[in-house]
Amino acid sequence: MALTVIVLSVMVAAALWSVVTLTMLRAAIGLALVSVLLAVALFTLGATLAAVFELSIGAGLIPVLFVSVVSLTRRQQQEEHPLVRRIHLRRFWPLPILLLAAGIALTFVHLPIAVAPALPEGGPRAIFWASRRLDLFGQVLIVIAGALGIVVLFKEGPK
Amino acid sequence: MAYAFVILPFFALILANLLPRRARAPVAFGLTFALFLAQAAAALVLLVSRAGGLAEAGAVAPSGSPGAGLEALLGFHLRLDLWSLVAILSAGVVGVGVLPVAWSTMRDEGRRLTFASLLLINLMGIDGVALVTDLFSLYVFIEIVSISTYVLIAMGGEAQAIEGGFKYLVLSGVATVLLLAGIALLTLTEGDLSFASLARAAGTGGGLGRLGVILFAAGLLTKGGFVPFHWWVPDAYTGAPTAVSALMAGIATKASGTFGIVRVVLALSQGGGAIREALIGVGILSIVVGAFAGLAQRDAKRMLAYSSVSQVGYIVAGLAAGNLLGLLGAALHFFSHAVCTSQLFGNVASLERATGSSGLDRSGGLGKGMPITAGTSVLASLSIAGLPPLSGFWSKLLVVIALWQTGHQGYAVTAVVASLLTLAYFIGWHRRTFWANADPAVRPAVEGGAAFLLPAIALSVVNVGIGLGSPFIIGLFVR
Repeated sequence: MALTVIVLSVMVAAALWSVVTLTMLRAAIGLALVSVLLAVALFTLGATLAAVFELSIGAGLIPVLFVSVVSLTRRQQQEEHPLVRRIHLRRFWPLPILLLAAGIALTFVHLPIAVAPALPEGGPRAIFWASRRLDLFGQVLIVIAGALGIVVLFKEGPK
Repeated sequence: MAYAFVILPFFALILANLLPRRARAPVAFGLTFALFLAQAAAALVLLVSRAGGLAEAGAVAPSGSPGAGLEALLGFHLRLDLWSLVAILSAGVVGVGVLPVAWSTMRDEGRRLTFASLLLINLMGIDGVALVTDLFSLYVFIEIVSISTYVLIAMGGEAQAIEGGFKYLVLSGVATVLLLAGIALLTLTEGDLSFASLARAAGTGGGLGRLGVILFAAGLLTKGGFVPFHWWVPDAYTGAPTAVSALMAGIATKASGTFGIVRVVLALSQGGGAIREALIGVGILSIVVGAFAGLAQRDAKRMLAYSSVSQVGYIVAGLAAGNLLGLLGAALHFFSHAVCTSQLFGNVASLERATGSSGLDRSGGLGKGMPITAGTSVLASLSIAGLPPLSGFWSKLLVVIALWQTGHQGYAVTAVVASLLTLAYFIGWHRRTFWANADPAVRPAVEGGAAFLLPAIALSVVNVGIGLGSPFIIGLFVR
C-alpha cells in the first residue's frame, strides 16, 4: 500500500512536470516516466497484463515516437525568455491544487463498484502464453511498426 | 480461413525483408498486392456463400478458449462473421486500388519496401480488428493499425506530413487513454472482456459500467474521426502521401474507429438503448458537420477528408437505428465508401502528378487531357453523394429508410439534405478542376499512366456493378 502511494505520488509529480515544462523533449521524457511508474503501480496492484502492455507500449514505443518527431522540429527561441517562462508557469498553478483536492476528495467517496470475478490466475507467463497469445502477437507487430517508424524518421530527417 | 487473414501477411513481411536487397521492394509490393487480391476474392466468396445469415451478425460470440486443430496450435480464437467479411473485403479492394498508385508515386526502393512492410502490418491490424472476439484484443489490433498508419503518414518527411502524423499520434494517444479507461471500468464491473460485457454494463452495470461503455465508445469515435473528435482528419489526410490518404480514408480509419463502433452497436442490440440513441446523434452530427465543412474547402484532399467524416456518420446512424435494413445499409455504405473514397484519392494523386497540386484553384480544364480520371471521378463522387443507380445510392437509401422506420424521421430528412450538400461540393470540384476553362499559359495535363488509370477503372466497375446489382445483393441478405 505504502509503495503504491509513493509510486502514484511520484507519477502525479512527473505528469505535472510533463505539462509545465517548456521543452517538448522534456515533456516526452516526463510522459515516459509517467508510463513506467504507472506500470509499476499496476504490477503492485496485481494487474500484470496491463502492466506489461503499459511498459512496452506506453513507456517504450510511444515516447520513442514522440522523441523522434520532436528531434525533427526546431525549437522556438522565444520560449527561452524568462517572461515566457513566468507566464507559462502562472497558467498552470491551479493544477497541483486541483489534483491534491481531487485526491483527498476521492478518499472520502465510496465508489459503488460491484465485485467482479477475477481474471485468470497465474503469473505473466501463464496469462500471456495460455490466454492472451493473440495479444502477444499483436504486440510484436506494434513493436515492428514502431521500429520501422523510427528508422524512417531518423534516416530521412525533415525536408 | 480466418487465421490465414492474420498469419499470411506476417509470413509475407518476413519473406520480403529476408530477400536480397535488390529484390526486396518489388517482391514486397508483389506479395502485398497478391495478398490483398486473394483476401478480396476469399471474402467475396465467403460473403456470398453466407449471405443468408446476416441477422446472425448481431449475435455476440463468446471469447471462448481455443478449440482443436490450427486453433489449438496457434492458441487463439478468431471469429468470422458477415461484418468481418465486409471489412476484410473492403480492405482487400482498397489495397488492390492503392498499391499501383503507391508504386508509381514512390521512386526510392527503400521507401517502397518500408511502405509495403507497413502496409502488411496495417493489413494484419485491420484483419485482426475484424476478427477478434474480445475488447482487449480489439484494442491491441486497433493500436497496430494506428501506429502503422502514423508512420505511413509521416514517412513522406515533409513538414506537413510530420505535422499531420504528429496530430494523429496525439489524438490517437488520447483515444487510447479513453479505450483503456473504458476497458478498466468494464473489467472492474463485469469481470470479463467479451463484447457481451458491453451490453451487460450498459444494462445492469450501474453508473460505472455505463461510464466504461461511454469511454470505450468515445475512444473509438476519436480514432474513427467522428464529430466532435474529427479535427485531426483533414490535417492527417492532407499531410500524408496521397496513396496513404487513400488507404486511411478507404479502410484504416474505418477499421480503427468505425468498425469498433460497429462491434459496440451490435453488442448493444441486446440493451443500452440510450447509448445507441446517442450514437445515432453522433452519426447525424458527423453527416451534417462534414457536409458543411466540405463545401468550404479549397483543397481536394481536405474536401475528401471532410467528406469521409460525413460518410462514416451514415454508417453509424444506420447501424444504430437497429433494424435489418439499417444493418444492411451500414454494411453496404462501409464497402461503397471504401471503394469510392480510395478511388477519388487515387484520382487526386493523378491530378497532383499532372498539375503539381491538389488545390482546387490551381487547375482547370483538365477534363480534355484526362478524360478517364475525370469520368471515374464523376462516377465515384455521384456514388458518394447518393445518386442512382450507383452503390452509394442504395446504401444511403437503406440507411434513410431504416432511420424513418425506427421513428427518426427528422434525422432521415437531415441525412437526405446533407447528401445534397455533398453533391454540391463534388459538382463544384469537378466544375473547377475538369470543366472550367484552362489557363492558356499552363501546359495541358495528360493522364498519369496505367498505374493510376487501371485502379480507377477497376474501382469504378466495382462501384457501378454493386449499384446495378444491389437489388439482387439485397435480396441475398433479406429473404
